Amino acid sequence: MDSILQPYKGKYQFKWKEFPFMKLSGLEPLVFSPQLNFVNVGERTNVTGSRKFLRLIKEEKFDEAIDVAREQVEGGAQIIDINMDEGMLNGQESMVRFLNLIAAEPDISRVPVMIDSSKWNIIEAGLKCIQGKGVVNSISLKEGEAQFIKQGQLIKQFGAAVIVMAFDEQGQADSYERRIEICERSYNILVKEVKFPPQDIIFDPNVFPVATGMEEHKNNAIDFFKATRWIRENLPAAHISGGVSNVSFSFRGNNTVREAMHSAFLYHAINEGMDMGIVNPSMLEIYDDIPKDLLNKVEDVLFNRTENATEELLSFAQNIKGGIKSEVKKAEWRSESVERRLEYSLIKGITEFIIEDVEEVRIKASKPIEVIEGPLMNGMNTVGDLFGEGKMFLPQVVKSARVMKKAVAYLTPFIEKEKGGKVQSKGKILLATVKGDVHDIGKNIVGVVLGCNHYEIIDLGVMVSADKIIKEAKDHQVDIIGLSGLITPSLDEMIDVAREMEKNNIHIPLLIGGATTSRVHTAVKIEKELPSSTTIHVLDASRSVPVAGNLLSDKKYEFIEKIEKEYQTLRDYHFKKKSQKSYLSIVQARKNKFPITWDSYQVVSPKKQGVHLIQNLSPKEIASYIDWTPFFQTWELYGRYPKILNDEIVGNEAQKLFKDAKKMLIKALDENWLEVRAVFGFWEAYSVDDDILILDKNGKIIAISHCLRQQSKKSSKGYNISLADFIAPKSSGKKDFIGAFVVTAGKDIEAISKKFQDEMDDYNSIMIKALADRMAEAAAEFLHEKIRKYDWGYASDEKYSNEDLIKEKYTGIRPAPGYPACPDHTEKNTIFKLLDAEKNVGVTLTESLAMYPAASVSGWYFSHPEAKYFGLGKIKIDQVEDLSKRKKMDVSIMKKWLSPNLED
Amino acid sequence: MKEIFFWSNMKDILSIAKNKILVLDGAMGTMIQRYKLGEADFRKNWFENHDSPLKGNNDLLSLTRPDIIKDIHNAYFEAGADIIETNTFSGTNIAQSDYGLEKFTYDINFQSAKIAREVALKFTENEPHKPRFVAGSIGPTNRTASISPDVNDPGFRNTSFDKLNLAYQEQITALMDGGVDLLLVETVFDTLNAKAALFAIDEVFNQKKSSIPVMVSGTITDASGRTLSGQTTEAFLISMSHFHLFSIGLNCALGAADMHPYLKILAKKSSFLISAHPNAGLPNEFGEYDETPEKMVKQIKLFLEDNLINIIGGCCGTTPSHIKAIAELADQYLPRKMD
Repeated sequence: MDSILQPYKGKYQFKWKEFPFMKLSGLEPLVFSPQLNFVNVGERTNVTGSRKFLRLIKEEKFDEAIDVAREQVEGGAQIIDINMDEGMLNGQESMVRFLNLIAAEPDISRVPVMIDSSKWNIIEAGLKCIQGKGVVNSISLKEGEAQFIKQGQLIKQFGAAVIVMAFDEQGQADSYERRIEICERSYNILVKEVKFPPQDIIFDPNVFPVATGMEEHKNNAIDFFKATRWIRENLPAAHISGGVSNVSFSFRGNNTVREAMHSAFLYHAINEGMDMGIVNPSMLEIYDDIPKDLLNKVEDVLFNRTENATEELLSFAQNIKGGIKSEVKKAEWRSESVERRLEYSLIKGITEFIIEDVEEVRIKASKPIEVIEGPLMNGMNTVGDLFGEGKMFLPQVVKSARVMKKAVAYLTPFIEKEKGGKVQSKGKILLATVKGDVHDIGKNIVGVVLGCNHYEIIDLGVMVSADKIIKEAKDHQVDIIGLSGLITPSLDEMIDVAREMEKNNIHIPLLIGGATTSRVHTAVKIEKELPSSTTIHVLDASRSVPVAGNLLSDKKYEFIEKIEKEYQTLRDYHFKKKSQKSYLSIVQARKNKFPITWDSYQVVSPKKQGVHLIQNLSPKEIASYIDWTPFFQTWELYGRYPKILNDEIVGNEAQKLFKDAKKMLIKALDENWLEVRAVFGFWEAYSVDDDILILDKNGKIIAISHCLRQQSKKSSKGYNISLADFIAPKSSGKKDFIGAFVVTAGKDIEAISKKFQDEMDDYNSIMIKALADRMAEAAAEFLHEKIRKYDWGYASDEKYSNEDLIKEKYTGIRPAPGYPACPDHTEKNTIFKLLDAEKNVGVTLTESLAMYPAASVSGWYFSHPEAKYFGLGKIKIDQVEDLSKRKKMDVSIMKKWLSPNLED
Repeated sequence: MKEIFFWSNMKDILSIAKNKILVLDGAMGTMIQRYKLGEADFRKNWFENHDSPLKGNNDLLSLTRPDIIKDIHNAYFEAGADIIETNTFSGTNIAQSDYGLEKFTYDINFQSAKIAREVALKFTENEPHKPRFVAGSIGPTNRTASISPDVNDPGFRNTSFDKLNLAYQEQITALMDGGVDLLLVETVFDTLNAKAALFAIDEVFNQKKSSIPVMVSGTITDASGRTLSGQTTEAFLISMSHFHLFSIGLNCALGAADMHPYLKILAKKSSFLISAHPNAGLPNEFGEYDETPEKMVKQIKLFLEDNLINIIGGCCGTTPSHIKAIAELADQYLPRKMD
């Protein structure tokens, strides 16, 4: 990019792996692993930088001062800088008072504190108030070595990290050479004499303004960049921090240029190794959004790469005072009317100002309820409209809902005090995941989306019985019932709920949603159970709004009539289609089994047989196996990862979502929220027809896996496959093996998700669950690879990329009961018994055989190179009868479990 | 002379800890209760004319009934403990000021250390292959430096870092003068108090120009997994890690079963040895801890199987029979290895 930076190739790579990471703490840890990339320090609790904060401290309005701190943490600050250096204040007293006050606010004190002062007595007083490991900002050689050593020793004894300014007896470093000279000297004194832990040293190599018109300032940015790189390359384990806004000092008043300069400066500084800084968190990652012509001029200045870069930027700046990009708009939208600001906050999902804006409207309003009914509702209507028009996407809507909830929570006490009545909702909707099912991400999303369209949501949670649904529907007098489920047995539960509704005379609309549900199933199987009302399948959260809207409007009957017509067509087509397909009897189908030549096949014996438990799986390593495509699907952003990030329509939102997801993932890994547990086992096995007989090491049969076989009539080259075909038949005389596994990543997820929900943060509540699901899948993928390469070891030399794994290029398969190759959920009982999975990994099976926690995966392992995934398709009643004999289960019960696959 | 003495012990315990799980003693209070003592026992020879009641101030017994305290130390060593704790849990002038006895803090700590030392030496002489150690117990005091006792004023504090630092310095000096081999900052429910204790230890080490190994043991109060002052286990560990500790661990508040997940976090993240001395279960309806040795050992076995532990003992409700069972179990396992 620039000749002076030419020797430095690419982004700085952390190279001091033999040193421990810097670890800070508030109530919670903050570990500076290289993946953290950049830590932003909140700057507004600083009396020298924020007039508002100074005024609040001076007037002893500590409650409001605390809110400033809270907003910063909510806004993403990972550390808060606190500075009370002002002539009019008793700095020491104010520091102690403020630190003691925020210690009582867990949502603030969860992050580490940076005690910022030029006066040692204030720093020391501050260090005596914090229970966590904080940062001192700052010390330097300004007053000589003796002082520096003494301060370093005390900071070490108090247990804090330290920022060292590039400043010595001669003054502040203003060139590259002076910067590195002072930093190196400071480092050596601290590490060698004070024995200060090197990873706890942070250098501030002085961010100075550029484009001041003065010759000696032209290299200020570039010297900072070079010094940053030098320090990180040469002073082991030390960190770099800086106050970014200084760089644009000469453009005060022109926010467009300032923001562009900050972003560009930060981008390059991070590239050179700066890993911490005092910045406005909302301006990270917008580098790519800077208009190219402006960026070019800004970088000319930062890199001092043209003769008259400053003049050119100045004249360019004159012409672009208007708002051309989001960050400028940000400053501008704050000056608009408060109603517009509220709408803006809702649409953009910004929580930062919502309370102050709501408060402003509340004071004006004659009743607090009007704030909700007026500007907030209007804002949410706009969100609803934009969503409906496809101009906003689900993650944005969930963020908007978070803002709305905060606003409403703030207003509720006022409304209650005034007895100003209740907010009028558009209607009450009961939501539940049906009995036996534990999957609720989709349901929760629907709840959020409907909630922000002013429906009152009664969410009954997961595993809700029909009785309870009926009772709650009556008690709450709801207008609509929405049912959700992910596994196939839930389809029957839904039928059951419909039947109970009819029996109890609950003649309100029933909505059906969830991964295994479909329009056809709803039309054919569920609707007929509730003849007195209407049953509608809802494909995804975004469809739930218009459906609910229509059902509760005066166009209700037209809408229902239209749906019923559609469903009638579906039913007609379904029954017609059925009669056209032909099937083999199960006996015939077995004759057309998948042919494997066993004689010439060499079975690979697993390296270790029996059951094995692994608890020390590294979540970090597993996270690299995540298949992100389904994650985006959860949020109703459709497209393959990574292409989706550049998608013309959803690309922007996908990027934002991906960024939030990665942030959450890092946090979850740091906090150990996604502990992965796995159990697996291998046993000798042989097949007899469609059964796989599983033996212990003494040759005793300990379990039988009863497989299903495709029954639809195939073309001349097709086979009627069963999983049993992939295990050597008894008649072959070969000694073959089968494996099984259960993995989970969801041990703690319910509690964590609930915590976010309690904080009115549906966005992160859904996020963490979606991530846990991905982690469980990734763990299954990871484990399968480990099994193939090591524990079974039949593919010890394979090497595939994550993409190859997602495309299932590997040898052998791991089909899961309940999925297309073996839709019979009851086989999970066999796997769980073989592996003692409940005891070993804490996963249980519900009455519908859903795994709880939901973020769990189980399955069989087959090693034969010709083993492949297939869909069972429809089967006939003769196979169900045959199977129920083999399994010694009642035909009617077996029929129920297999009903989604049974051709009738 | 003294310095050499300390140093040799420090080396001993460091090398012993590499090869075996060290066993800490059990509860002091539970044992004292068995003696059914009266007010007179707490005054004998020292405080006959003191103007306020002293019963319940167990640390005083080191002065007034040293025979009983020695008996208890004896019982724990006999049960198989490698380390016993001095009877000084409340031995700061802050805690003693509630009884008007702040002037006696030095005596309490010095005498407690001295008698514990005597008992330990006797055992070491009889069984030189199994040297015994004394840890000076440093309690949290009854005040918190980072929590306000006044609900109406969250910024208020009824103690300070400076006060705690001075109080701890006095206690630590006396313990070291009395001859303890280690220091144990325990039952940490407010990390800031413990930071003051570590600061004080540094100060005393500098004054004495000698140092001994320091153990820290925090208290996770409930299933939230946090200390009373709100820190997560890992944040607590980070906040203590600036000091070169001999060990870090958990004690009190929880029984062994509930402590397990938090020990796992410590064992995974800490570069120090790991200690645990859980309560004998959770209190029953009478506020007593009544988990049997068999039951407790069953839980502790799970710690050892997970390879989490270097030092193991008991807190509230544990008795020599608990420690005996624990010592027998610990003997069958290797200590946690660090990567």
